[in-house]
Amino acid sequence: MSWDWAFVWQIMPTLLQGLKITLLVTVLGAIVAAVLGLVFAVLRRSSIKPLAQGTSVLVQFIRGTPLLVQLYVIFYVLPDIGIRLPALVAGVIGIGLHYATYAAEVYRGGIEAVPRGQWEAARATNLTMRQTWAHVVLPQAVPPMIPALANYLIAMFKETPLLSAITVLELMNQAKSVANSSYRYVEPMTMVGVFFLVISLISVALISLLEARYGRKASR
Amino acid sequence: MGDWSGYIGLILQGALVTAQLTVMGTALALVMAFTAGLARLAPFAPLRWLARAYVEFFRGTSIFVQLFWVYFVLPFAGVSLSPLQAGVLALGLNVGAYGAEVVRGAVLSVPRDQFEACIAVNLSRFQRMRHVILPQALPLMLPTFGNNAIELLKGTAVVSLISLSDMTFQAQVVRAQTGSTLIPFATILVLYFAMSLLIGAGMRWLERRVTRGLDGVRT
Repeated sequence: MSWDWAFVWQIMPTLLQGLKITLLVTVLGAIVAAVLGLVFAVLRRSSIKPLAQGTSVLVQFIRGTPLLVQLYVIFYVLPDIGIRLPALVAGVIGIGLHYATYAAEVYRGGIEAVPRGQWEAARATNLTMRQTWAHVVLPQAVPPMIPALANYLIAMFKETPLLSAITVLELMNQAKSVANSSYRYVEPMTMVGVFFLVISLISVALISLLEARYGRKASR
Repeated sequence: MGDWSGYIGLILQGALVTAQLTVMGTALALVMAFTAGLARLAPFAPLRWLARAYVEFFRGTSIFVQLFWVYFVLPFAGVSLSPLQAGVLALGLNVGAYGAEVVRGAVLSVPRDQFEACIAVNLSRFQRMRHVILPQALPLMLPTFGNNAIELLKGTAVVSLISLSDMTFQAQVVRAQTGSTLIPFATILVLYFAMSLLIGAGMRWLERRVTRGLDGVRT
């Protein structure tokens, strides 16, 4: 089967419609992941042992099981206990929850990378806990986290096609429906690949800029 | 309701397919990781470009897109693959691309003087890799390889969408037949988690094996 440019232009509006949803899911999912990741990271540092351990097991469990199955659980199981979510919301929560566990690791790594001496110095100069975090720890912990978080953002973007399995009309799903109705698979599937490749290559280039700006050298 | 033992059997059959996919996919990924990772360090430039293109392409598009492309587009080019072959191919090539960067990074982190010492004692390129560089680089690769293998295991769930009857697919079958949602999905979540714990434990064991005898080499 040969490549048909006319067909590509014909399906372009549908694909762009799907791309819009893909990007929307990525942004919303990233917000959920960033916030929930912080919650996980804080709970893991909690001085209440069972709480810290429970969170740790939960994080490990989420990281050790497939996102697709987690999406199924949110989309199919929750309605049975009375929580009925629209597909898009279920998708955002699923992908956000999954990547929150990765974000939590990044937060933890960033905070632990701040040398002990800094904590002790803050204590020695009689800073309050709030001051210690706001003026000593976070300014050193956050910059190295940025490139790592950005990497997971791209990884998350690339996992959004999974949402087509729970009927979210994102890029992959639009391409599939176009392909199914026209019996032409080559153009839609290839275009989806091209969209993903172009967007991730651009993002990777942006990340190397971020890395040059923030990576490693927290002490500017 | 009713015949739960039958449904459990169905899910266990799926677990076998998932395990099969994971093992074969990991094998292909390992081969690809070393081939592409070492090719990225080759002295012959076109080989480096080829490896670079492979890595960027497979890391840039998602496993899902690659799987669908292999399964739906390749037949038009005359290559028809069974769902299992398509799954192993897509998973292996995808994870192999991530692995290639790990191999490259680990080889580069072996200190320069090790390379120089090899040249000084007149080892061939192959001898240098086989006996000096890789034995030191391998322990650095293993932890990341372990994570990659777990990512691959999680990736296998996607093949259920091209009608391969893995664990996720079978759970959907059970859901369709019984109308029960919690039990099949909870079962496979636990099974997936057990498998990923198993991979993690296996990797830690392997790490201990390959670092044996290296004490004192690295600080």
